[in-house]
Amino acid sequence: MDTGPALVSILRQGWYLIASIHTALDDSQLLRFQRDLIHEIGVRRSRGVIIDVAALDVLDSFGSRTLRNIAEMARLRGAETIIVGIQPDVAFAMVELGMDTGSVSTALDLEEGLEHLSRRWRHATRP
Amino acid sequence: MMTEKSKAPDMKDAFPPHPGTEHEQLLPQLVAHLREHRSRLRQEWAGRILDSHLLQAMTPQEMAAETTSVYDNYVEVLETGSVEALQHYARDLSERIIPRGVETHEVVGIVLLLRDVLARSLFEKYQGDFPLLDRVLDAYEPAANRIANTVAVSFVDERERVIRQQQDSIRELSTPVLPVRERLLILPIIGVLDTERARQLTEQLLGGIRTHRAKVVVIDITGAPDVDEAVANHLVRTVDASRLMGASVIITGLSPKIAQTLVTIGVDLSKMNTIGDLQGGLEEAERLLGFTVSRRSDTLE
Repeated sequence: MDTGPALVSILRQGWYLIASIHTALDDSQLLRFQRDLIHEIGVRRSRGVIIDVAALDVLDSFGSRTLRNIAEMARLRGAETIIVGIQPDVAFAMVELGMDTGSVSTALDLEEGLEHLSRRWRHATRP
Repeated sequence: MMTEKSKAPDMKDAFPPHPGTEHEQLLPQLVAHLREHRSRLRQEWAGRILDSHLLQAMTPQEMAAETTSVYDNYVEVLETGSVEALQHYARDLSERIIPRGVETHEVVGIVLLLRDVLARSLFEKYQGDFPLLDRVLDAYEPAANRIANTVAVSFVDERERVIRQQQDSIRELSTPVLPVRERLLILPIIGVLDTERARQLTEQLLGGIRTHRAKVVVIDITGAPDVDEAVANHLVRTVDASRLMGASVIITGLSPKIAQTLVTIGVDLSKMNTIGDLQGGLEEAERLLGFTVSRRSDTLE
């Protein structure tokens, strides 16, 4: 398993975690990211996770499946996931290849993602 | 005609099957004959054009001017053996007459008529001396055919250039992405959607979503006469890709024909948000974005 410096930064912002992927990840790096993130959700008691893929100009089937898995695992740990910053070319390539993000929400960019989560969360906690 | 000597090598290049000094002397003779009877032959030619109902898009004055120019150019080519000037003229002529709906067969037709008129006048002139007529025709025919060829090719080239130019401008105009409200885009599709246009549409739409930070896109296909299976699937994929970028798509203006086509060919549209017309689509988009539009009671009427 990859043990070098992390290629994904996982930052805490209030109730949310923001994970920015800076560069294309190989399979083992993706799995490490998955493990780190799921672990972090529990530690931080996060309600939401934003995964920012704006820096990626390609996303293969393993990558999109891993993102889907992360979202499902996060849901089981009590956090909602939203993927932001999918580039136009990446979006179309993903659809062409029949890979989608399933039931995971998507948003244009980080700002939108935060707004989406805060709206959702307000609703959820309102008595 | 003495100047012909200096142009002889040029001519040899132009008509390689007939080398020899006699050939060089025959063509000047021929040119002199055509110059001498210029107005009569041109008249005869114009008459034949009229009889064949060619170039009816042109007025008699224009016809007279153009036939004179063509005639002079024709004789010049026979004289010099170089088609360059003719090429220029033919291109220029094509540029003027193509917008008026002149067809290829008309242009080729008039040049062939001129060839026949001139050939006939040669028959008349040399009918007493058959071997000489034979040699004159040997000199005349390849040159005449080459002229016909040049004119036809210039015309077709020009027409293709016009078509290419039009294609380019249609392509540029074809897929505008219009912001109508904050975070709301409209994409009207007018005309036939082929694979190339559909691809371009996707590119423009996804790029537009990013630049305008759009949340809702209304694609209006009222102006599209029909779609085929490939294009329909492409449209569905575009909608999915837009969703991945965080924008929802509303499709409006599906004609009865397209609706039937889509259901018959079995494109999965269950995830598509469709609304009858553009007005309804805009209203729905405004609702999604939280706009409320109301009319003030003191305006109009």
